[in-house]
Amino acid sequence: MNCREFTEFLHEYLFGNLPAAERAEFDKHLAECPWCVAYLDSYRKTIQLEQAAFATAEDAPPPVDAPEELIQAILQARARSS
Amino acid sequence: MEDTVGGTRAAGAVADEAILLARMQAGDDDAFEACVRAYSGQLLAVARRILSHEEDARDAVQDAFLSAFKGIGRFDGLSRISTWLHRIVVNAALSRLRARQRRPEMSIEDLLPHFAEGEHQIDPPAPWKATSVAILQQQEARDMVRGCINRLPETYRIVLVLRDIEGLSTEETAQLLDTTLGVVKTRLHRARQALRSFLDPYFREGEA
Repeated sequence: MNCREFTEFLHEYLFGNLPAAERAEFDKHLAECPWCVAYLDSYRKTIQLEQAAFATAEDAPPPVDAPEELIQAILQARARSS
Repeated sequence: MEDTVGGTRAAGAVADEAILLARMQAGDDDAFEACVRAYSGQLLAVARRILSHEEDARDAVQDAFLSAFKGIGRFDGLSRISTWLHRIVVNAALSRLRARQRRPEMSIEDLLPHFAEGEHQIDPPAPWKATSVAILQQQEARDMVRGCINRLPETYRIVLVLRDIEGLSTEETAQLLDTTLGVVKTRLHRARQALRSFLDPYFREGEA
């Protein structure tokens, strides 16, 4: 396995979608390649960052309500359509 | 991420979903208003993640509620109202996205790894700071990551938002985007790689 192959399929490795023999190939490559170790770690952190960027912090206030004008627009549109 | 929309607050505001649903199905105006007030904030947050324009996001929420109310008689109540509404607003937002005048997309190729003859990356990856995720406690850092997601080519950004942020399955995403499982998997992987490229300067060790 080389870095190109590792990079192309690392998501399958990361999420445990590979048969044991192929997984062993990935493990062997990782043991020899610090660059792919760094790439895999940063790929994993990228996913965590995406989710953290939109997550509500535990100590954050409750999400704000939708603007009243939007609520009224929805209610009026429903009244017109019913 | 089943309850992306139905947070604690909405659950508290709507003490008994079965009663609320029965009242809506009976045509009770107050029940419809309670439903809009309980869930519109969360639905707007979902629409904003899919659509970058505020007006489009609000229109999508309105479309979603009207569509939901129109089909309220067919909703069996087996899933939570919040889960049901989440699916509907995702659909409504995607419809708006398709209808919007599409800008020419930048190619994603430049954001993917490139390899030298020896099959190593031309720009060798550097380790990222161990504290990368903790940094996102700061609002400024969260805004920066969201900004990087919004810079992704639309075709890839939408798959990343649906799968990684909204928590939809590969199958659901493929169905909503009218494409195959393989295309969704490939686009998601490339979207993450491209996002990694955008984030790399901020998080690699040795950077401020």
